[in-house]
This record gives sequence, C-alpha cells and structure tokens, in this order.
Amino acid sequence: MRPIAAFGVLLLTLPAAFAEPVRFNRDVKPILAENCLSCHGVGKQKGGLRLDTFEHATAKNKKSDVAAIVPKKPAESEALNRIFSADAKELMPPPDSHKKLTDAQKQVLKRWVEEGAVYEPHWSFAPLTAPPVPQGAANPIDAFVYEQLGRKGLTPNPEADKPTLVRRVAFALTGLPPTPKEVAEFLADTKPGAYERMVDRYFASPHHGEEMAKHWLDLARYADTHGLHLDNERGVWPYRDWVVRAFNANMKFDQFTVEQLAGDLLPNPTKDQLVATGFNRCNVSTGEGGSIDSEWYFRNAVDRAAVAAETWLGLTAGCSQCHDHKFDPISQKEFYSLYAFFYSSAGSPLDGNQLYHEPSVKLSTPEQDKKLAEFDAKLKTLDADIGKLTKYADPALVAAVAGPASQPNATDPEASLLAWVASRRGANNAKFPKPVADLFTALGKDKQPNPQQLQQLRDHFLRAIHPPTKDKLEPLQKEREAVAAERKKLDDSIPSSMIFRDLPKPRQAHVMLRGDYSKPGDKVEPNTPAVFPKLDAAGRPTRLDFARWLVRADHPLTARVYVNRLWQQAFGVGLVKTSSDFGVQGEPPANPDLLDWLAADFRTTWDVRATFRRMILSDAFRRSSKATSTLLAADPENRLLARGPRFRLDAEQIRDNALAVAGLLDPTIGGKGVKPYQPDNIWEPVAFTGSNTQHYKRDGGNALYRRTMYTFYKRTAPAPYMTNLDAPNREQPCPKRDRSNTPLQALQLLNDTQHVEAARLLAERIVSEGGATTDERVKFTFQLLLARAPGEKELAIVSGELAKHLEKYSKMPADAAKLLAIGERKANPKLKPNEVAAWTLVASMLLNLDETLTRN
Amino acid sequence: MNPLIERLQHLSRRQFFGTSGLSAGGIAMALLGGQARAAEAKRREHPPLPGFPHHKPTAKALIYLHMNGAPSQIDTWDYKPKLVDHLGKDLPDSVRLGQRLTTMTSGQGKFPVAPSKFKFERSGKCGTWANPELFPHTSKMVDDICLIRSVHTNAINHDPACTFVMTGSEVPGKASIGSWLAYGLGSENNDLPAFVVFTPRFPAGSNGQAIFSRMWASGFLPTKYTGVALRAGADPVLYLKNPDGVDRTDRRAMLDSLSQLNEMTAEKFGDPETRTRMAQYEMAFRMQTSVPDLVDLTKEDKKVIESYGPEVNKPGSFAHSAIVARKLVERGVRVVQILHRGWDQHGNLPKEIGNQCKDTDQPTAALLADLKRVGLLDSTLVVWGGEFGRTVYSQGGISKDSYGRDHHPRCFSMWMAGGGVKPGTVYGETDDFSYNITKDPVHLNDLNATILHCMGIDHEKFTYKFQGLDQRLTGVEEANVVKGVLG
Repeated sequence: MRPIAAFGVLLLTLPAAFAEPVRFNRDVKPILAENCLSCHGVGKQKGGLRLDTFEHATAKNKKSDVAAIVPKKPAESEALNRIFSADAKELMPPPDSHKKLTDAQKQVLKRWVEEGAVYEPHWSFAPLTAPPVPQGAANPIDAFVYEQLGRKGLTPNPEADKPTLVRRVAFALTGLPPTPKEVAEFLADTKPGAYERMVDRYFASPHHGEEMAKHWLDLARYADTHGLHLDNERGVWPYRDWVVRAFNANMKFDQFTVEQLAGDLLPNPTKDQLVATGFNRCNVSTGEGGSIDSEWYFRNAVDRAAVAAETWLGLTAGCSQCHDHKFDPISQKEFYSLYAFFYSSAGSPLDGNQLYHEPSVKLSTPEQDKKLAEFDAKLKTLDADIGKLTKYADPALVAAVAGPASQPNATDPEASLLAWVASRRGANNAKFPKPVADLFTALGKDKQPNPQQLQQLRDHFLRAIHPPTKDKLEPLQKEREAVAAERKKLDDSIPSSMIFRDLPKPRQAHVMLRGDYSKPGDKVEPNTPAVFPKLDAAGRPTRLDFARWLVRADHPLTARVYVNRLWQQAFGVGLVKTSSDFGVQGEPPANPDLLDWLAADFRTTWDVRATFRRMILSDAFRRSSKATSTLLAADPENRLLARGPRFRLDAEQIRDNALAVAGLLDPTIGGKGVKPYQPDNIWEPVAFTGSNTQHYKRDGGNALYRRTMYTFYKRTAPAPYMTNLDAPNREQPCPKRDRSNTPLQALQLLNDTQHVEAARLLAERIVSEGGATTDERVKFTFQLLLARAPGEKELAIVSGELAKHLEKYSKMPADAAKLLAIGERKANPKLKPNEVAAWTLVASMLLNLDETLTRN
Repeated sequence: MNPLIERLQHLSRRQFFGTSGLSAGGIAMALLGGQARAAEAKRREHPPLPGFPHHKPTAKALIYLHMNGAPSQIDTWDYKPKLVDHLGKDLPDSVRLGQRLTTMTSGQGKFPVAPSKFKFERSGKCGTWANPELFPHTSKMVDDICLIRSVHTNAINHDPACTFVMTGSEVPGKASIGSWLAYGLGSENNDLPAFVVFTPRFPAGSNGQAIFSRMWASGFLPTKYTGVALRAGADPVLYLKNPDGVDRTDRRAMLDSLSQLNEMTAEKFGDPETRTRMAQYEMAFRMQTSVPDLVDLTKEDKKVIESYGPEVNKPGSFAHSAIVARKLVERGVRVVQILHRGWDQHGNLPKEIGNQCKDTDQPTAALLADLKRVGLLDSTLVVWGGEFGRTVYSQGGISKDSYGRDHHPRCFSMWMAGGGVKPGTVYGETDDFSYNITKDPVHLNDLNATILHCMGIDHEKFTYKFQGLDQRLTGVEEANVVKGVLG
C-alpha cells in the first residue's frame, strides 16, 4: 500500500482556502439554487424579485424602492437583511419553506456582496482556463481531489490491494478479465512503477480500442438494423470497426471529431474518412410504406443535429426543436441553424429497407481491387473474342428482311444470319424467345427494327441456330459466365458501409414552427449558437466548419464534455453526473477546478489516451472501495472520491468475462455482427412478416464465442442478455447506462445457455488444469476469476457445496449427462462426467458472485 | 431515479437484513421452511415513489389490450348508417378538407366511400351501437364499457403511431405507459414483475405489422421498469428454467453458498448493491415457482376456462394471455399489456378483420366477466384500442363485401372498462363519414392523462428529468383528464 503522505500536509494548509475571494459558480450559486431560486428565479418571481442575474438582483423593487443586492454594500442589500433577520416574518428563506441557511452559507453570501456580487456565466459556457494546481500531489488529479477532501474533512481510503487493482485496470481498459499470467506478472513486479507498467500493458492491448468503442458507440447509437418499422439489416459495421481502430491508434480527439462529423468534406477523403461519417448515419430510419419524404428529411436532420450537440456539447439542444430552450441559451432559430448543417444529406430520406441505404462506400482491399481488375481484364478479352464471332453489319441484316432465302447453315455466319431472317418472315415464330418472336412479327408488319432488337435477333441466331459459330461461342460464353460469377462472388464478399454526404446543392432549411415538419417558418442558414465563440467560415458554413469549430482551441464545452465522459468510464460516474447535460439544468461538477484543469489540459493536445491514463494512474482511481459507515454517511455517492470505484460490470463485460475464463472467447476484432445463443422467439413475435430480421438464425462455431460488442444489434428486439443488463437499444444516444440489479439478471446468469456452457467449460478447465485436490482447484478458480486466493472460510463453503453436487451427480449420471450436453461444445470425454457436472454448478456459482460481477 | 430514493431503498433493504437477525444464508434456509414469510411481508420489492399515488385511485391495475395495426373504427365501434347512400361515391372535399394522406393513397385518383358491410345493433341495457357480427361476445358486455369514439393522434404511419400510443412521443427513447406506472406506483407483488407484457400469436392470414420492444421499454427511466415479457413455452419468463440436469435442491445448495460468500463481500466492502443482489437472487429463486404457478391453469374453474374460448389452453394465444392477465392482476401486478397484431387491413378488410375478431372477441369479453366475477373489475382499468383509425374511403378496389382502408389518425374508437370509468356510455362523436371529430375530441395524451388519473396520478406532476426537460407521459402541450368518461 502506498502511504498517502500528501494528505496531512493539505489538511494543514486548508484555512488558506477561505482567504481567497468568493467565487459565484463554486460558492454562491449552489446556495442560491438550493434555497432561493425556486421562488426568485426564471420560473417564479415572488414579490417581483429575481436573484438569478445581476441585472435583476440589483434592480430596485418597484414597490419598496430598495434593491435586493447592492454590490459592496451588504448593509443596504435587502436580501442580506432578510437572510440575517431575527424576525420570523421577515426571515428568508421563510421558515415554512423548510429551507434554512447555515451561518457559513450566510457569511459566504455576505462576503460575495462585499466583494461586488459578481455573477459568472453558467460554468460550462464560461471560457475554459486551467486553474492553478494545488500543492501536494504529483498527479494534478490527486492534488485537486485531496484539496477538496481536506476542505470537507474526509480521510481517503488507502490503495487497494494488487489483485483488486489489476482486475480493476484490466476491465477499465480492455473490458476483459486479467489472465493469470498478467496477474502473476504484476504481482511479481515489486519495483517502483509496477502499476504504471501494468497499466501500459493494457493500454497497448488491441482490446483497449474495443472497450473505448463500446462507450462511444452508445453515444453514436450504432446498431445493425434500421430501427423503425421493418427494422431490416443495415450495413454500417465498418464504422463500428473504425471506432475501435481509431481508439487503438489513439487518434487525437480533434481528428476523431472532424472525421466522424465531416470526413466526406475533407480534401480527397480516404475510404476510412468516409466510413467515419457513418456516425451521422446511425440514426434510426424508416422505409415504411406511406411515409412522407418531407417528414423524414426533417426527422433525420433533427436527430443528427441533436445527437451532435448532445455528444460534443453535452447539451440538450433537441428541446429547441419546438421552442426556445427554457434554460440554456439556445434559441429555436439556433437549433435549426445547427440542423441546417445536416439538412442537405444526399440520398433518400427513406431507407427503402435496403442493406446499404445510399450513399455508401465499397471497402475493397488493394488485393481485392487487384483481383477485381484481373477479372475485368479477363472479361474484356473474352468479350472481344465473343465479339469477333458475333459481329455483323446492320444494313445487311435489314436488307435480308426483304432478301432472297438461303440456307441457314452456310459457313459464313453473316450470310447465314441473313438467310435465316429472311426464312422466318411470315412463319410461325412462337418457339423463339419472346423478343425474337416479337421482332419477327414486327418485321412482318413492315416495322423497322431498332438497333437493340437487331442485336437480340443476331445474338439469338448466332448462339442458338448457327452450328459452326455455336461450337466456338459456347465454350467462350461458359468461361465468361464462370469468370463473371467468380467476380460477383468476390464483389459480394466486399462489404460496403453507409456514409454521409451532402447534396451538390444545399436544401434551404427553415425554422419549423412548434417542431412540425409541415410548418416551415423563417429561413435559416447553417450556424452555431451565439453563446459560443463565433464560427469562422469562408462563405456558407459547412459541416466541416462546424466540426472544426467544435474542436477549436477556445471552445469551452467540447473538452469539458469529453474528459467528463472519460471520467465516467474510469470512475463509474462523471465529475458532472449528467454527462449529456452541461446546461443550466444539469448538475454542476463535483469538483469544478479538477474538471476545468483536465479539460484545459486535454484541449492543448486532444490526446485521449494521455488524459485517460492520468485518471487511471491517479490515487483516486487506485483507492480501496471499502465503504465504511463514516464514509457512507458523509458521502453516500462517493462524489468526493475518498474511496475507489466499485460498480457492476457492463452487459458485455459480464458475458466476455464468462467466455474468457472458460477459455471459450474468440478474441477476433471486428467484422459483421454475429448471432450467438439467444432464446427462441425474441425476434419473431415482434418482427414485421416481410422483415429480413424476422427470424433469428443462430450462428455456430466460433461466432458463438465472439466478444459481446459484436453481437448483431437489432434495435426493435435487442438481445435480451444485453438489455437485461442495461445495454441500450441504440435507438437514441445513451450517455450513461443504468446499473440495475434485478432478479431477471440472476435468472439469466444462472440459466442462459451461454453462461451454462461457459460454466461447463470452466469446470473442465478446473478439473484438467486446476490440480488434483479440491483445495487446489478452488484456489485455481478464485485466481482465475478474482485474481486472488480464497480465504479459509471461502474454501470451506465452496468445498461443502461441491461435495453436495458430487454426491448427487454420482448417484444420478443421467442428470450429469444432461447438464454436460448444454451448448454446442462437446464435453471432454476424458473427464469424469459426475465431477465436471458438480464443478459446473460450482463454477456457475462463482461466476455469479457479487465480486465476479463487479469491477471493484 | 432520484439517487436519494434509490439509496433509501437500499438502506431499507439493508435494515431488513440487519434487524431480522438472520444472515442471508439463514434467510434462504428459512424461506425453504416458510418461516420468513412474516418478515418478507414487510418488505416491498417494488415500492411506490414517495407521495404516490397523488390521490385515491379508482384503479389499482391496468390491463391494456393493444390491437396493433389499427382496427377500422367504421367496422367495429363507430356506427355510420348513412354511409350506405355514398357507396362508391367520392369522399366529398368538404369532409376531407385537404387533410394529409399517406403516400399509399395520396396518389389515388378517387376516394370511394366504403360503408361497413357489417350490421350494427343496439346492444345491452344501455343501447350502445355495437357490431354483433364481429363481436358476438364483447357486444354483450357494452353495459360495462365506456366507448370513446373521438380519439385522435398525431402520427399517420405505424411505427411512429405505435411509439406514440405507448410512450406519448413519435420519436423512440421515451418511457412506455407501463414503465411509468411501474416506476410511480410499484407493485403489490414481490415475486412477480410490476409490469408484464404479452405478444400473443395472431391469425395466419392477417397483415402483421411490426411491434417494438420500445412499446414496453423504460426509455429514460431506469431499465428495471421495462415490461417483462411472459412467453409461450417452457420459459414463461426468459431464463426461468434451471438447466437440464439441475433441480431445485441443487439450485438451493448453490444459492446458499452464493449468499454466504456474498455476505462476506458485503461485510468487506459495505457496498449496498451487494445485499440488493443477494435479495434479487432469492427473488429469482421464488419466481421459479411463482411464475409456473401463474401460467398453470389446472386449478382454475372449468367453466371460467371455457368462457375464454377454445384457444385458452394454448400458451401464446390471446385467450391464454387474457386469462393469465386476470391472474396477474389478482396477484397485485400493476400493469398487464397484451399486444395483438394483425389489424392492418389495407385490403380484404371484412374477411381479415373477421379473423382478428374471432381471435380476440370471446377472450376479451370473458376477461371482463371474469374480473367482475372475482370482484376486480372495479379496481382494474381495461383499455382496448389501436394506434390510429382507418379511412372511410377504400384503398384500392371496392365492392360491397370487399374493400380496404388506409391509415387515419384524425379519429378512431377505443374503449375502457372497470376501474373508475362510466360503464354503459358513449363519449365523443364523429361526422357521418367518421372522418372528423364533431364533439368531445380525446387526444391520446388526454386518454393517457385519464388513465393516469384513474390510477391515482396527476399527470402534470408525474415527471422525470431527462435531456433537460421534465418529461411527462402526456407530453409538453396541454393534456386534460377526460372528466366525461369518469364514473
């Protein structure tokens, strides 16, 4: 355990904090919001008083002719007089409101008035500057955290033990459990920097990008179906893989932003940059018959604009779809100016229930391109050879219609053709293919054939009638068909991905009155809200201008919002709890200076990994999660970070963990969505009969054991083993998942085929690799699952349970056989069925431990 | 959810374990012997929010029969005798008023009026016009029914309309009505979910539109308020059954050691979630008996079973869902939703709607009678209806006996029965073409406000903060409780 030496020093330096000036957002606003603004704010103004802006608070009351706040003159400030009043009738807040200011709070308000009653803009819109880092800790995160803990008089927990740490880090960075080898390596490393080295090993893992992507894809609302009505399959998974690669390559966040929102507008965009724009195509769409185009142009653009604002700005701009935002400075017109960036999308607003709702990009590799070119060259040669055999002169053919009869099997194909055509005039030609027969009929009526008809006639003749040509032609044609089929096979195997592009000529956007697609109001041009730094653009602003504006060096929100999302990933809850509402209605940051410092630092480099690494390396992250009754009472939600994070694993992590410890996991990264075990009748009872995702056809083999993030995501009926554990249905962005705790989860984790199979394979592993005695095997399993050894009592409990199961399965081999037949993997015939069955139940029990299901 | 409330709940659970003097393993053992029942009774797995209900409810439970695809009001509940005179004639412009149509019929040159081919009769003591050809059983129940002929909605296509009828929004992501009620009111039953959903089979020849899990999803509310689907087959609740080769004694032994080990974790880390998890595993264990008991009809009165019609013993049928709905309500479950598909008759309407009614009519009537029999109709609100109405004009060809109807959001019929609504009444009127509402319009938001009102909730005070808004089931615009339908 690392001693936390810095802490005591901080406690001593505390009083100094009170010497610095009062800050409105940090010190005053929470007091006003809690006690005053519900009666004297935006909504209500009792007695004609508003305290939420400087102008209102300092204006003289019409009736009493006094002002609530007179800057620098506390004695003349009526609000202060009332707050300090001893008369219950005068006192504010009034006693019957059950609100009461503490003496300290009263003093803060008084000092604030003395110092000039300075109001600050809403904290998240205020310019971002890095606050000075308090003394006392090497990692600035800890400096801020210790400073705050000291002010609140809380003693932080010591560092967690090494097994807990390695498991915590492995899940936080890769979403997978640490392997015994990884645990051993960390435990064996007793030199300084061991923790950092362990962390960096996980950062270097190709699975790191997957874990990061999982969180981002919740915001991007990525899924494998269109989401509405037929809910057909959608081809956009290369975008999902792009996100994984981007995180693995530690793509800088500014580039990450620009490529997703506007990769198509970059000069000569690469295929990857086009794929990245899939972000803008992940909205739900419909192909429902009867739908009205204008409604869906509108809805698609609203979705895209609102999601961009939510993802990067942490703002609930969607509110302004119908009216000016009630709380945040985004007018309805400004919302539609954001919407205008997305209103000129190319392609139909309806998806046509197509896999690739255009536009899309074909993702061939250079080798595939080469192969395709070879096929094309071959086809070209064959076509030329075929052409030589089938050339003819149109005028001659036409003349033949009126010419004398001759023999059809003459050696000269040209002459033969003419003879044949002439011979068929007026005859019964019904036996020929329809176009040919029709042509003869037309010729009989003295109609002039068009070139296409002549071609059909000639082709038919040469292929079906004239033997010498036929003999040469047929092998060529067969070869051509074979080559063409091979080319098609290759071509079909190359995925495309839906991308975003603009129409050549932009569509005019309007404010839509009351958010109604059929009620256009004033025209609007693309622009960004006035409360933020002004958008620079030469000419009509484009999405690219918008994307670059989001990551410009003086943007106050983007960096704050994203570092907070990273914090949420690491600690389970953001410094700002409402991670997608940084507006006035959202919760203020638990530690404003820390958030601002992190954001300001992040904004200088946009280096995601460096920022995330700093969090993972902090003392705050490394603390023991033990919640003593003192800590629970003082800070039930651990907002001050006196203890380390402890929370249930995500849906994906729980399944991946079971597969990994069972040795089943197929770690392949990327590719088309897979369909592992799922109970029957999840898709069928809801799906439209014509949908191509009506029937769930389970995959076999390794597809059953891929990481859970690759499970095919059908929006109208997502996999129950995901949603049961709070994975979103991806119809809308999900900025923060719930962590519910339900009996349905218990049933799933105990009885779902994939968990039973994993327990069974884990049991085989225990029996074959875990040693000979029960004790050894229990120790092996604890090590595998929890990275630690079991205690005496734990050993006794588990051994006792095993004995019961062993007794039963020894007596009832048929039951053992049934249990071992669950899942596709065959049971290892070399192992004793009763033993494996008994261990299967023990393994299942241990996979269901609170400790196993928790990132501690 | 409010974290404070969440925490109070954790604490109350903790307190339960703390004061009972039993370790979790001990509780598990006691459960087997049935000794902990008294202690269990004190605890509610699904408590209501503080301050709920807002007023004395007239309905404790809701059974929502959603006829998905949109039944034609003209052929079911909105009797229009004068239409016969207009057979095949164009719908007058003075009626259509240039209102939008779907693109399935907006290109039609003509809009020929299609009267219903069915005979309507005054039914019951109240004399409500009903269609005994389609509803031989339900038409006999009109004295218990409050028929609303003036419901209207915003959406004109299925997906947005289905999303709207259940969540009050056309855009996915909002909470469903069942989730709202489970969140606000909790449930009386500890061993079953608060909100249960059925998606029964529907007639093979019918046009089955899609339904969507978002119609019973919790949206922005915590996911535990999502409706739990009761399914046909071996697992009425997903993953309910123990794996083959594992019996209840094995499971008990396993859960006992699980509790003991988890108890050590709870003591070590003090995380309230650990003990909640222990309680949930025990509830799962109890559900393994309570749920099969629920879907088991062998102990039911034979006559009652027969009243639901010939399909009642087939799990997955509408009839089976209906009788289980009654059993759920008896057990204190808050919301039961049955989504019956196949009501989208763009063509061949008379025949197809006949099949749809045959599948649902008798069980629906039986459900009302059965609830009455057990004395629960007074405290159970039953709602019947689709997501919008259908056009008076025919989509495509028309003859007296065959026609089709396109989507029509401007008026349609729904009915309610039981828990606080006025029985034997009709509310609202439409014009002679069932095209526009002429009296007492009821927007779906008004209807939802009324449902909440019956359940003891003031819809304006029932909010949840999400995306910067105080979200309400009834939307941001004004919605009103329909006083005229209340008993």
